[in-house]
Amino acid sequence: MANLTRFNLRDKGAEIWAGWSRPVRTIFVVVCVAVVGLLPFAASWGPTSFLNTPITSFQNVLVYPVGMFIMMALGLNIVVGKSGLLDLGYVAFFAIGAYSQGILSTLYGWNTWEVMPVGIGFAMAAGVLLGLPALRLRGDYLAIITLGFGEIVRIVAINLHITGGPNGIPGIPNPPKIFGFNFDLMHPQDFFWLVITMILLVVWMVRRFTVRRPGRAWEAIRQDEDVAALMGVNTLVYKLWSFVIGAAVGGAAGVLYASKVMVISPDMFKFDVSILILACVVFGGIGNIWGVILGASILAYLPERIRFISNARQLVFGLVLILMMNMRPDGLLPRKKREKITEKGAK
Amino acid sequence: MNFSVITSQFWSLALQGLSLGLIYALVSLGYTMVYGVLRLINFANSEVFMVGTFATLFIETHVLGYAINAPSLHGFKLIYTLFFAFVASMVACALLAILVELVAYRRLRARGANRLASLISAIGVSIFLLESMRIITISRPMTTPRLLDKWSFGTFHGANFRIDTMMAIIFPILIFIVLDQFVGRSRLGKSIRAVSMSEENSKLMGININRVITLTFCIGGLTTGAAAFLYTTVYENTVFNVGFSMGIAAFTAAVLGGIGNLRGAFFGGLALGLLEEFASAILGSQWKAVTVFTVLVVVLLFRPNGLFGEAVQQTRT
Repeated sequence: MANLTRFNLRDKGAEIWAGWSRPVRTIFVVVCVAVVGLLPFAASWGPTSFLNTPITSFQNVLVYPVGMFIMMALGLNIVVGKSGLLDLGYVAFFAIGAYSQGILSTLYGWNTWEVMPVGIGFAMAAGVLLGLPALRLRGDYLAIITLGFGEIVRIVAINLHITGGPNGIPGIPNPPKIFGFNFDLMHPQDFFWLVITMILLVVWMVRRFTVRRPGRAWEAIRQDEDVAALMGVNTLVYKLWSFVIGAAVGGAAGVLYASKVMVISPDMFKFDVSILILACVVFGGIGNIWGVILGASILAYLPERIRFISNARQLVFGLVLILMMNMRPDGLLPRKKREKITEKGAK
Repeated sequence: MNFSVITSQFWSLALQGLSLGLIYALVSLGYTMVYGVLRLINFANSEVFMVGTFATLFIETHVLGYAINAPSLHGFKLIYTLFFAFVASMVACALLAILVELVAYRRLRARGANRLASLISAIGVSIFLLESMRIITISRPMTTPRLLDKWSFGTFHGANFRIDTMMAIIFPILIFIVLDQFVGRSRLGKSIRAVSMSEENSKLMGININRVITLTFCIGGLTTGAAAFLYTTVYENTVFNVGFSMGIAAFTAAVLGGIGNLRGAFFGGLALGLLEEFASAILGSQWKAVTVFTVLVVVLLFRPNGLFGEAVQQTRT
C-alpha cells in the first residue's frame, strides 16, 4: 500500500525516456500513435474485445466522451494545473464553441473548418471578458465567479431565441470531407483520428508553453503569486493568458463536439460537466499532461463500460473518486517533483 | 423589465426575500464554518441539505405515520411533531456532515494532500449521496403532508405574514444568535477561532485539531439540517436534486458576505434572498441567476473579500 501510494510512474517514465537515444524515442512515439490510431478497431479484434462498451457504440465512445474529455481536460489543465487557478465553469467555453458551430453552420452555412477559428476566437474573447475582472480575485473567490459564469452561459442559451432556447439547435452538419476522410455517421473512426490529431496539437502546444517563458511564469504564479509579482512577472497578464489559452482549447473541443453530435441543447453544458473535467484533471495527476490524458480516458470510458449496471453507474463513479483520492491524492501520474525544475533551471 | 412591482409589491417581495435569504444563510453556514477552519469548499454540503429534507419527510410520513393527505394538526401535537422532525433533520445532517469529514477529508488532511484532492473526494461523496437518493426515490419528487395549517397573522401592504414564513424568519435569527454567542464566548467556540487563525499554533496550545474540525462540520450540519426542515415545511416537497441549486445559492451567499465569516454568512444570505426575489420580479425569474452573479462580480470587484471579509493576507490560497 505504501509503495503503491509513493510510486511515481511519471518520474520513472521520465528516467527511462531520458536514457533513450533519438531514433528509439521516434520509434516509440510512432508506435504509440499507431496503437492509439488502431483503437477504433479494438472492439472487433478478439484479444481486446473486452474493451467494447455494452450499449453505446465503442467507436462513438472513443470520440465522445473519451476524446472530447481528454481535450477539455488538457485545456483545463493549463488553467488549474499550470497556473493554479481553480476554474469551476470550464464548460462555458465548451458551450461557446459548440454554439458558434451550431449557429454559424445552420444559419450562415459555414462548415466546421471555417467555424473553427471563429469559435476559438469567441471562446478566447469570453475568456478575456471573464478573466479581466475575475483574475484579480484569489483562490475560492475565483472559483465561485467561474462557476457563475458557466451557469450564466447556459441560462443565456436557454433564454435566447438565436440559440433555440431549451430545445437547442438541431441539424448541425458534420465536417465536410477532407483528404479522403469522411466525418459522417458511418465513419466514427475518421472522426476519432481527427480528435487525436487535435489532441496531439494541444499536447505539443502545452509542452512548448511549459518550457518557455509563459510556462515558467505560470509555475511561479502557482507556487507563490506575491513572490512572482515581486520578481517582475506581470501576474495578471500571464494568468489571463493561461485562462484564454485554456478557453481556446475548450472552444475548439466545443466546435468539434457540435459537429459530431449534430444536435446541441443547453442540457449538455451543465455544471456537472465542469466538475467532471476537473475530476479528470485531478484524478489523472494535476499539472501532468500524460496523467491528465490517462485520467480523462478512464473517467470518460468507465461510465460507458459499466453501462450494464445502468442505474448504479454514477454511484460507482462517485465511489471511485473517493477511493482514488484517498489512495493517491496526487493523482495516477503525479506531476514532476519540484527538485527537477530546480535542476533544469540551474543548467 | 417591470419596475412597477417595486412599488406595488415591495413589502410582499421583501418578506419572501427575507425568509428565503435566511434559509440560504443557514445552509451557507455549512460552507462558511468549514471554510473558516480548513480553507476548503465543503462541496458535499448541498447533499447534506438534500438528505435533511428527506429526513424531515421520512420522520413525518414513516416514523410518525402521517399520510400525504393527513389533516393538519393543532396544539401540543403539532408542536411535538414539528419539534421531532426539526431535531431529527438536524441530527441526521450533523451525523452525515461528520461522516463526510471522516470519509472525504480526514485521511487526505493527515497526508497533507493538495486542496483539490479533498475537493474531488468531497465531490465524490456528493455524487454518491445524490445518486443513492435518486435510486431510492426513483427520481420522483416527494410531497410532505401539510401538518402545519398555513394560517396568517395578517397582511401588511400585501405582505402576508403566514406562520411558515414567520418560522423561516424567526428560527434562523435565533440560531444565529445562539451560534454567534457560542463561537464568540464558549471555550469550544474559541478553539474553533483559534484553529481558523493558525492550525500550527493551536496544536502547540494543546487544542485537539481533529476534534475542532469534527465540531465545525457538526455545527455546519446542524444549521443545514435546520434549513432543510424549514425548507420542507415552507415548500412542502423535495426531490433528489434539490441540493444543487440550494448549494450554489448558499455558497454564493457565503462568498457575498465574506466566506469564513459567521456574520458575513448571515448578511450574505439575506442580501442574496432579497436580491433574488426582487430580480425575478423585475426582470423575470429566468434572469435571476444572471443578476445574482453579476451583482456578486461587482461586489467582489470593489470588496475582494466579500462584504464582511477578513484581511487579504489571510485569504491566501
